[in-house]
Amino acid sequence: MRALFIAMRRDLLLAARRRSEVVTALFFFMVVVTLFPLGIGPEPELLRRVAPGVLWVAALLATLLGLPRLFAADHADGTLEQMLLSPQSFVLLVAGKIAAHWLLCGLPLVLLAPLLGLQFGLDAGALQITVIALLIGTPVLSLIGAVGAALTLGVRGGGALLALLVLPLYIPTLIFGAGAVEAYTAGLGAGPQLSILGALLAITLFFAPWAATVALRIALE
Amino acid sequence: MLSATHLACSRGERLLFKDLSLSLAPGAWLQVSGTNGAGKTTLLRTLVGLCAPDHGEVCWNGVPITNAAETYQHALLYLGHHAAVKDELTPLENLRLGNELDGLPLADADALAALQRLGLHGRGNLPTRWLSAGQKRRVLLARLLVRPATLWVLDEPFAALDTAAVALVGSLIAAHLAAGGMAILTSHQPVPLPGGAEVVL
Amino acid sequence: MNNPASTLWKYASPATFYPLAGRLMPLFAWAAVLLSVAGLWIGFFVAPTDAQQGEGYRIIFLHVPASWMSMVIYCAMAFWAAVGLAFNTRLSAMMATALAPTGALFAFLSLLTGSLWGKPMWGAWWVWDARLTSELILLFLYLGFMALQAAIDDPRRADRAGAVLAIVGVVNVPIIYFSVKWWNTLHQGASVSLTRSPSMAQTMLWGMLLMALAFWAYAIAMALARVRNIILERESNADWVKDALE
Repeated sequence: MRALFIAMRRDLLLAARRRSEVVTALFFFMVVVTLFPLGIGPEPELLRRVAPGVLWVAALLATLLGLPRLFAADHADGTLEQMLLSPQSFVLLVAGKIAAHWLLCGLPLVLLAPLLGLQFGLDAGALQITVIALLIGTPVLSLIGAVGAALTLGVRGGGALLALLVLPLYIPTLIFGAGAVEAYTAGLGAGPQLSILGALLAITLFFAPWAATVALRIALE
Repeated sequence: MLSATHLACSRGERLLFKDLSLSLAPGAWLQVSGTNGAGKTTLLRTLVGLCAPDHGEVCWNGVPITNAAETYQHALLYLGHHAAVKDELTPLENLRLGNELDGLPLADADALAALQRLGLHGRGNLPTRWLSAGQKRRVLLARLLVRPATLWVLDEPFAALDTAAVALVGSLIAAHLAAGGMAILTSHQPVPLPGGAEVVL
Repeated sequence: MNNPASTLWKYASPATFYPLAGRLMPLFAWAAVLLSVAGLWIGFFVAPTDAQQGEGYRIIFLHVPASWMSMVIYCAMAFWAAVGLAFNTRLSAMMATALAPTGALFAFLSLLTGSLWGKPMWGAWWVWDARLTSELILLFLYLGFMALQAAIDDPRRADRAGAVLAIVGVVNVPIIYFSVKWWNTLHQGASVSLTRSPSMAQTMLWGMLLMALAFWAYAIAMALARVRNIILERESNADWVKDALE
């Protein structure tokens, strides 16, 4: 397990030195969310209805933004190869990198979401569910996205191809994540949706780092 | 003790080499030579386990490296074409991190001594971004001193170095061999080491 | 030496499979034509007019088999891709690549016919019902697979990366289908469902079955033809190819 924390700390340290990346994803999230009222009109009832979907789609896109960089820099300067040759578990190192990605690209979205939700007129209870759903769901996005990033490492068409591969796989998370808030607003309780999100997280935690590792080995051959 | 039997590798659809066998005993070194594109780097990468060969296998102390990956990787140090240093980190941090990722400790004093030995005085605390290509190469080569390994696989270790540095690296490799280590390297320049077998692709 | 296993293994080599595929392809092509004629005849002439939907429902004889086949082909594609990844056999990977375009075609056909069905029935060119939406996502999965393989130059890496993607995809398809179905029921009020097909008379089932077999034969014929092209491309340096092309 130490390998995981070493890799995570390393990526956090690198991001701290680079500084621009965290802020970029956050700004993107804010801008995308702001575009919707501008596009569909500021009518409060309409905004309240679309809020969960809008927040989630924006979160998906903001996560996608940070994914190509997950492995690309290390691949370009040869440090990814060195990690593959390390006697420590490569799966754990990759998992550490994914954890760092979530902390940098996913968690800030979770923390900013309540503020943006207020702009859409969500009440306190709905905001709470939104945060919980995003908290469970954004790691899933990072995990699945990592597999896509590994498959498209160094490939032409990079970011757009990554989006094409990964967005269909994001759909269940989107449906249950936004659905949780909608169910709550409809008075049905968000329990089932959040449980399913939790199950999705458990499954992806198990399989995604391993699938990403296989894809990385293929990319590094 | 490294051995490879009946290796065959291809890049894309082009067969690079086939039926290649070699072995390396402690204290010995091997040079892989050939023209550009002959497959030297591919051979090195196959020997360290980054590529899987089309045929044949590589064994470390008699065990195929696919079975004994951790043991092999513990004893192995591979320095490829890339600088393998992070621009955002200082040379000191790069060395320390490199060892940490391999699960090995490294004292700052040792790291600084290694950097000094490679001719990087007083640059230990500047982000690597500010160093020249040759200096970045020296940071990478400093790993030879701080990362204990039995087998050194070096792809063009003398590239981008001046004559003094080439002699220095040569002496490092010689000392490593004298202590019972092994080395495999490619080089377009003459190698300042006595003896040594050669594999021509 | 004549046991089935060794015979099968012999055909795992592209060189021996190439002529076999060449012989089999016309058989499947003819089967496809004959089965389609039979199926369409039943669908358009024999099956009775539906009480609720009139003649328009007959497009179901294309829509339903196309949906089935798009799913079956995806599973077949993932299977061959997995075999190629596990056993490092080139032919399996080539087969997966050969199947993808036909599968995508059927997914598209399913969407098109679904649309053509929906318009006269419910006045809309597109409805967000569970099956159509899942079919659309399946089409995206196919396109993603083809795009990934097209973007990677090294054929071996393209095979293996595509295989990982196909396996990830096939595992996700049930999850996606389940989530889309749930999403559809949650928002039931607004949508209409194409799954409320007319109650099946015996002849209708026969018609759909024949069309499904026809599509299956067509898919195999196309895959065999395509895999022959891929073999020629990939093995172009081999002597047997130079001989075969003279």
